[in-house]
Amino acid sequence: MACFLAPMTQAIVTTVIQKNLEKKEKLAGEGAVGKSGISWSRKLGWLNKLLWGGVVLLAFEHLWHGEIVPWPPFLTAMENPADIVPMLQEIATFGVGMAVFVTIIWGIIVIIAETKVKNVPKVQASPDSGGA
Amino acid sequence: MWLIMTALAAIITTLIWYVKAPEDKYKLGLLSLMFWGATLMWLVDHVMAYLMEGGEFLEINLDATLLGISVILIALLVWIAVLLISDPKGVIKRVLKG
Repeated sequence: MACFLAPMTQAIVTTVIQKNLEKKEKLAGEGAVGKSGISWSRKLGWLNKLLWGGVVLLAFEHLWHGEIVPWPPFLTAMENPADIVPMLQEIATFGVGMAVFVTIIWGIIVIIAETKVKNVPKVQASPDSGGA
Repeated sequence: MWLIMTALAAIITTLIWYVKAPEDKYKLGLLSLMFWGATLMWLVDHVMAYLMEGGEFLEINLDATLLGISVILIALLVWIAVLLISDPKGVIKRVLKG
């Protein structure tokens, strides 16, 4: 009915946080990059792309199935008072489930990326050193 | 059906992104993350609906196939819009300057 509203709310919040972080990191310069070498604004950028991509395509699917319309109140479930409670239940179960699952997968991606970056040697051999 | 088609699009775009990486001039990373986001969300939707309501896990019919194609087209449309607005090759700037 409107399950995508939960990840959309999360996407709005995380986008605002990312934009604020970007500003702070710009002001702080190189010091803003964490121990891993990947800035938080970049990591949040991955989450935002996952969330917004999913939200846009799910919104289209809802439009296709006639669950949302381009005129107020936009959600067809809102036209019938009996459909409002099931719609809210769907947002609370399916929607929150989607948001949580995407966030877990993003967390796994971040952990893997940080591990990979940490394993890259910091000092590379200079052309002058070594050799015969 | 749209779940399978979106997942397939996500895999293909990720493979193309990986082949071209670390260069991402054409923002294939954005396109693949968009497809993955939708795939993950529909996966949760399908699994939860199957567990809670039962019925078929996947809808395989003409309507579902057309929806899958349309979803891919919408994602490509969004990606092209972002690509043209950001204009990484500076082509639009040069065209407009004549």
